[in-house]
Amino acid sequence: MLKTTVPVGVAFLSGIALMVSFFFRENTFVGSISQDLKIWLTIVGGFTLLLGVVSITRVNWQAVKNRKEGWGYKLLTLVSIFAMAIPAILPASWSPLFGRNPGSIYHWLFTYLDSPMMATMFATLAFYIASAAYRAFRARTAESTILLLTATVVMLWRVPMGEAFLNLFPGNIPEFLNTYVMNGANLAVQRGIIIGAALGAASMSLRIILGIERTYMGKG
Amino acid sequence: MSGWEIFEIWVIAFFTLALFSFMYKDNPLYKVAEHIFAGLSAGYYVGLIWDTVIITQLWDPMIGGDWLLIVPGILGFLMFARFFPKYSWVSRTSLAFVMGVTSGIFITSQLHGLVLKQMQATMQSLGGGGGFGAALLSIIVVVGVISTLIYFYFSKEHTGVLGVTAKVGIWFIMISFGAHFGYTVMGRVSLLIGRVQFLAEDWIGSFKYIF
Repeated sequence: MLKTTVPVGVAFLSGIALMVSFFFRENTFVGSISQDLKIWLTIVGGFTLLLGVVSITRVNWQAVKNRKEGWGYKLLTLVSIFAMAIPAILPASWSPLFGRNPGSIYHWLFTYLDSPMMATMFATLAFYIASAAYRAFRARTAESTILLLTATVVMLWRVPMGEAFLNLFPGNIPEFLNTYVMNGANLAVQRGIIIGAALGAASMSLRIILGIERTYMGKG
Repeated sequence: MSGWEIFEIWVIAFFTLALFSFMYKDNPLYKVAEHIFAGLSAGYYVGLIWDTVIITQLWDPMIGGDWLLIVPGILGFLMFARFFPKYSWVSRTSLAFVMGVTSGIFITSQLHGLVLKQMQATMQSLGGGGGFGAALLSIIVVVGVISTLIYFYFSKEHTGVLGVTAKVGIWFIMISFGAHFGYTVMGRVSLLIGRVQFLAEDWIGSFKYIF
């Protein structure tokens, strides 16, 4: 009972409470349940993220302890995790180097290491996207030709030189792209995908609340 | 420029070049930068969650008298039972709470705030002003939304009218994916320009203070 019935009951009650609360004003008792549950969700979700970091630490620590291949790199990961996390956890009142304010170790590591490395990682992807596109984009069918043409024209449009080039042709191509491609066809498809995904998510949510969908509990 | 500022620029330049070195081939310098980046990113979330969630939303209000918050606190701690195989089932209750509340949010706010709003925005009046251009745009949007939805409708074989509509849907989808691809590439190129600008201006610019 504890292993399956209680979790299914918790999912049912919390889901139903949130749905019922939606139909009441926020300043009523029932209406305020929704706000409280959302805060509770943020807290439990926060612990879930911490669980992920603890899991990363455990996996890397095992590799370092058993001297597995590449353990030196994993040691660097562990040192980086602690270098960033521990000063952030310690109270700022103890030292200006602690906490998350400007001037703290956490802030410095984020500004001068994490943030530039993140930008570099994404910038590196520019090369891989371009090389993948070169191999994948072939005007073999009508559909792939449409994809190729739209991508090329949009890329041209998004740089000043390309926009100047498009303006050499008759008709206002940049204006056409903005109105009919971005705010027309693109918007329509995004709406279609959003509506479809939201309906799918709602039906799956109903299955979870009613206890039909239990795969999130795993085995055992 | 102070010695500390030069040091900061050189630290960023070292890791930027180390990560870019992967474009030649995988190498130890790249691996060092990659593993430090992974560790810092994980540590970043610990600091963020600790401050904005554990302290701000749990500890401080609880000390202030909101003792009911002990419930999500306990549920959060139960998550760590996953590390002990014999008791890992205990974490199911916390997970069920997350799934239940998220499902409740999806059913109400997603349907009310997303599906209905998007449908309302799609069905615009053709005579609402704006002339022929606005009317044409409205028609494009309606045709695009319906054909996209039909393309993703797999409960019936795509033949006849359904097949033709799905075909129109795939054309719309290709236009959208092409536009998204173009935007993504340009976004990445913009980041690349930023990194190259940093190396060319800030890093090489710092040479004159050293050499």
